[in-house]
Amino acid sequence: MNRILWIVLFALGLAAPFIVYPVFMMKLLCFALFASAFNLLLGYTGLLSFGHAAFFGGASYVTGHLVKVSGLTPELGVLGGTLFAALLGYLFGSLAIRRQGIYFAMVTLALAQIVYFIALKAPFTGGEDGLQGIPRGNLFGMIDLGQTYAIGGNPVALNLYYFVFVLFCLGFWIIYRTINSPFGQVLKAIRENEPRAVSLGYKVERFKLMAFVISAALAGMAGSMKSLVFQLASLTDVSWHTSGEVVLMTLLGGVGTVLGPLVGAFTVVTLQSELSSVGSWITVIIGVTFVVCVLLFRRGFVGELGRLLKRSL
Amino acid sequence: MELSFQTVMSQVMLGLNNGVFYAILSLGLAVIFGLLNIVNFAHGALYMLGAYVALLGFTSLGPLIGMPDFHLNYWAALIVAPLVVGAVGIVIEKTMLSRLYKFDHLYGLLLTFGLALIIQGVFTNFFNVSGDPYEAKPEILNGAVNLGFMMFPKYRLWVICISLVVCFATWFVIERTKLGSFLRAGTENPELVKAFGVNVPLMITLTYGYGVALAAFAGVLAAPIYSVSPVMGSEMIITVFAVVVIGGMGSIMGSIVTGLLLGMVEGFTKVVYAPASSTVIFLIMVVVLLVKPAGLFGRES
Repeated sequence: MNRILWIVLFALGLAAPFIVYPVFMMKLLCFALFASAFNLLLGYTGLLSFGHAAFFGGASYVTGHLVKVSGLTPELGVLGGTLFAALLGYLFGSLAIRRQGIYFAMVTLALAQIVYFIALKAPFTGGEDGLQGIPRGNLFGMIDLGQTYAIGGNPVALNLYYFVFVLFCLGFWIIYRTINSPFGQVLKAIRENEPRAVSLGYKVERFKLMAFVISAALAGMAGSMKSLVFQLASLTDVSWHTSGEVVLMTLLGGVGTVLGPLVGAFTVVTLQSELSSVGSWITVIIGVTFVVCVLLFRRGFVGELGRLLKRSL
Repeated sequence: MELSFQTVMSQVMLGLNNGVFYAILSLGLAVIFGLLNIVNFAHGALYMLGAYVALLGFTSLGPLIGMPDFHLNYWAALIVAPLVVGAVGIVIEKTMLSRLYKFDHLYGLLLTFGLALIIQGVFTNFFNVSGDPYEAKPEILNGAVNLGFMMFPKYRLWVICISLVVCFATWFVIERTKLGSFLRAGTENPELVKAFGVNVPLMITLTYGYGVALAAFAGVLAAPIYSVSPVMGSEMIITVFAVVVIGGMGSIMGSIVTGLLLGMVEGFTKVVYAPASSTVIFLIMVVVLLVKPAGLFGRES
């Protein structure tokens, strides 16, 4: 991959809070990581999970709870959320990989629905209201993440932004390393031809489960970040709408491309903030985008671009 | 709560009432899956659409066509809604799904997911999410009947009976008639069936139309029981997915029986431990995945 492109993207990420609305940017980073984690599974292992909201939303509840009720520092909150998602991913993954293809999608959707019901009914999740007013707290007990600085006359939570940015880079780097490791090559082999991977002696189940856990953990980390940014963990985060949204981001950007999920997340998050005035028509717009994408360009933006440039992006 | 025979039986009967909806919907999914190899995510949305055809036919169709006194009655709705939704299904299959057969089956799921969002989104914009009552329940189905061990609402009994009739009629057609044998052959090997001069693409289109018409039929049956709301389908479809995973989509009878049984289990759970009733089907799915991963009636692939 082009080194210059990465440097430019990294510089843009560093400069972003001075250029664009920082809350938008942080939301984008959360969903970009979420979609990238999802893409590790769909794009590189060929498993369509329709329940990733359980990890994203579940972790955001756990982080919210750890920070708000237990009074832990934000980095421990994120760590707790991520570990929770990894554990949940291990449980769901062990069950879901027992079925293939279309059943896999249905199993993950149904399992995620259990998490949704728990979030709706359990006493510690706040039910319909969710967990509100989650404090941003002091990073390592020292750096106040709620601290704002005046940039262009607007208060900007720079500390929080860079914390989120660092976490995003860490998560994205893990995904990038995973894809480009021997382990990632085996995942691709499974995606392309599972029986052949089996016949080559790979314990396919174990690889799938491993990919599922990594993907779930990082989706959870994205959810934990989200709960600090918006100071809210809500039912929306664990609902099937969110699972669908992350599928759309990945599909739109380009399944199985490194940059695709970033582009897809950018497109969907922009759509949502630009079209917030249309209210619930947004669901229809997202649905139409889905249909158009599936019918007309299954490779997504980045995939189509890669085809034009004749290289993999 | 005391576990009297009456309480248990009444909840189980009410559960059976939910069970017939699971049965019809999972049957539709199984029929579609058999031939098209896609899971129809829009099934819940089309079930909801069926209920709305009945509701709007009763309340708004008359004024719309300049005959304010005209109301589409319940019996007519039972015929009209499946026809309308079936036609919608045929359009969906012809214009969209048919382009995807040569690609990964997951694209069918994603496409129908998008369609579900569109249909649900449109209705959410025009109708109350908390639902509207459907008041065209026929006189004759009011009141209750004495089943010996309990008084049971007549309407619910009617829903159970007619649903069973429709389910078993579908099973009969597919498993015991010549038309059904084409269908089953098409499921096994579409190329070969094509070679025998059977119009397989037409068969696929009509199968999808029939599958979603079943969903609409269930929607009309549901309308007088539950309030008609834009989200009634999405709540239903995820449970039905779990039902389908438990039963396996390979067998028509399997999906019917699983649907009925799970409805009753759900009803029974309401008596024993009510908070678990909304998740019990998912938990059963977990157990089935652990014990018999291919599903109760599924074949190992």
